[in-house]
Amino acid sequence: MTDVINPQTTSPLPGAVVTPTDNDEHGAAAPKRLGTFFWICAGWITLITLVAIFANLLPLPNPDFQNFAAPQNGAPGWGHLLGTDDLNRDIFSRLLFGSRVSLVVGFGGTAIGLILGGIPAMLSGYRRGRVDTFLSTASYAVLAFPALVAVIAIGSFWGHQLWKITLVIGLFSSPLIFRIIRASTLTYASRDFVMAAKALGASDRRILAREILPNLMPTIISFGLIAVASIIVLEGTLAFLGLSVPPPTPSWGNMLNEGAALLSGGPGQNNAWLVIFPAAAMFSLLFTLNVVADKLRSYLDVTEVKL
Amino acid sequence: MGNYIAKRVVLLIIIIFFVSVAAFFLVHLLPGNPAVTILGPNDTPQNAAILNHQLGLDKPLVEQYFIWIGHVFQGNLGQSFTTHETTTSIISTSYPIDVELIVFSQLMAFAIALPMAIKASRRPNRLFDQLSNSAAFGMLALPPFVIGPIMVLIFAVHWHVFPGPASYVPITQGFWSNIHTMLLPSIVLALGSIVVYFRLLRNDLISTLQQDFITMARSKGLSDRRIMWRHALRPSSVTLLASAGVTIGTLIAGTFVVELLLQMPGLGFQIISSINQDDYTVVQGIVLIVAVAIVLVNFAFDFIFTLVDPRIARD
Repeated sequence: MTDVINPQTTSPLPGAVVTPTDNDEHGAAAPKRLGTFFWICAGWITLITLVAIFANLLPLPNPDFQNFAAPQNGAPGWGHLLGTDDLNRDIFSRLLFGSRVSLVVGFGGTAIGLILGGIPAMLSGYRRGRVDTFLSTASYAVLAFPALVAVIAIGSFWGHQLWKITLVIGLFSSPLIFRIIRASTLTYASRDFVMAAKALGASDRRILAREILPNLMPTIISFGLIAVASIIVLEGTLAFLGLSVPPPTPSWGNMLNEGAALLSGGPGQNNAWLVIFPAAAMFSLLFTLNVVADKLRSYLDVTEVKL
Repeated sequence: MGNYIAKRVVLLIIIIFFVSVAAFFLVHLLPGNPAVTILGPNDTPQNAAILNHQLGLDKPLVEQYFIWIGHVFQGNLGQSFTTHETTTSIISTSYPIDVELIVFSQLMAFAIALPMAIKASRRPNRLFDQLSNSAAFGMLALPPFVIGPIMVLIFAVHWHVFPGPASYVPITQGFWSNIHTMLLPSIVLALGSIVVYFRLLRNDLISTLQQDFITMARSKGLSDRRIMWRHALRPSSVTLLASAGVTIGTLIAGTFVVELLLQMPGLGFQIISSINQDDYTVVQGIVLIVAVAIVLVNFAFDFIFTLVDPRIARD
């Protein structure tokens, strides 16, 4: 229906189109490598994930503990590596514990999106017919609805618990995932190996799981990582607006919210570190996720899907 | 063509209907009795009666919806229980800020992205292209809620180049001081859009410039400038137009962020203060209007797009 808009909606990374030089058929085929930079970025994501999981075991002060012995809005130093916030809490500890929210919502939301969007997409793209028409139209309809407004609205009426935020964001990311996986399924559903499997009498379930799904994996992995990044942005935006996981639970978004709120205070009242550190953490995670997704996409040769 | 437009209009009406149903049901997501929760400390029998009438909560669900939507069509979106201001008047005083921010930032974004993309696509993979590409890729990891506070910290708190938070001046109280307060938030919003437009336009131009009609134009001896502006940019403008419509949702998120950041009383600022004060009817009203506005803008761009490039309707 809206075919020309789709090259953009295919990829949550705006304008991420494969450049002509990427798939140059005439040039000498360079050996495919992920490169050192990819591994540095992947290592950083792994490190953040490990820290998030094992934050309890690290020798850190309680992130919610208001230590009146520590200075208010203290500068970074040996006692408090990244300083303290306006409520005398340790910024370093809050930053490490805060990564949990981003990662849980990012990966959890993507997983929910993949289940709610991906499974119907495979069936829809494989079986076609009336169900496909209906689901495709429905996915357009939900896509037309602005996700942030929806999540703000539902959250403010339903509540801001972590699982609710994850569920709602996952739900609203599913139509985009549906479109990507459906388009990808379509390209494989009519291929010879699927015909062969059908001729051998394989069941639909077997064809979907054994023949089509493995071919979808590159798409799922590279677009899945982009989905993780965009969901983290969405949650961060919500948290910045004060509409995600409520305080005192730390998240990078609500730390930025606190830091930004202090900026309107007079001299000596504001705390630059409470802006700089969560912003840097957020940037590093999003940047490395984008790099890993981008490199994987060209490594796995996932060309832009035509919906 | 006519058939295509008719189909789109039907889809539009269906979407708006579902948006309204979703907005209506929000109230029922509230834990417990909606009227009691909405009223909170204002839960007097009199208020409860007004609210129940407004929301039609004492009637069957389907009837409730039609009562509510009837009020909406009469321009009655309920009123704030803290200030007694009607939702309609809250929206009408605050939406110009959002419109100004969006228009201003998009003009900035086009003014910067267009020359950048032209320069980069002239010599792909050379220094300027690589630099601007890396910058754009980096900017993707800097959404408004990350870059916004940093910009305020640098340009308002440290250097005092721009006014800081809570210094918004309405356009009626001085045009230039209004523009001055609008600059910083618009730049924050523009940064994200520049990346989108630059990447799209650059990739599009690179593939257009490799096509036969460009070689033809070159062999006719046309100047580079003329080829770029008269031949190469025209097909790319369609892609750009499409992306402008698609990014409206992201832009709204950005305006909410900068409004909160700089305490500007736009729709985003209003919805957040209403949420914080449990002013649920106002939240519901703003959600409905913003969602419908976004859907309409998307539709309008889609429509313009079909006029510019009628091939779309044929598919």
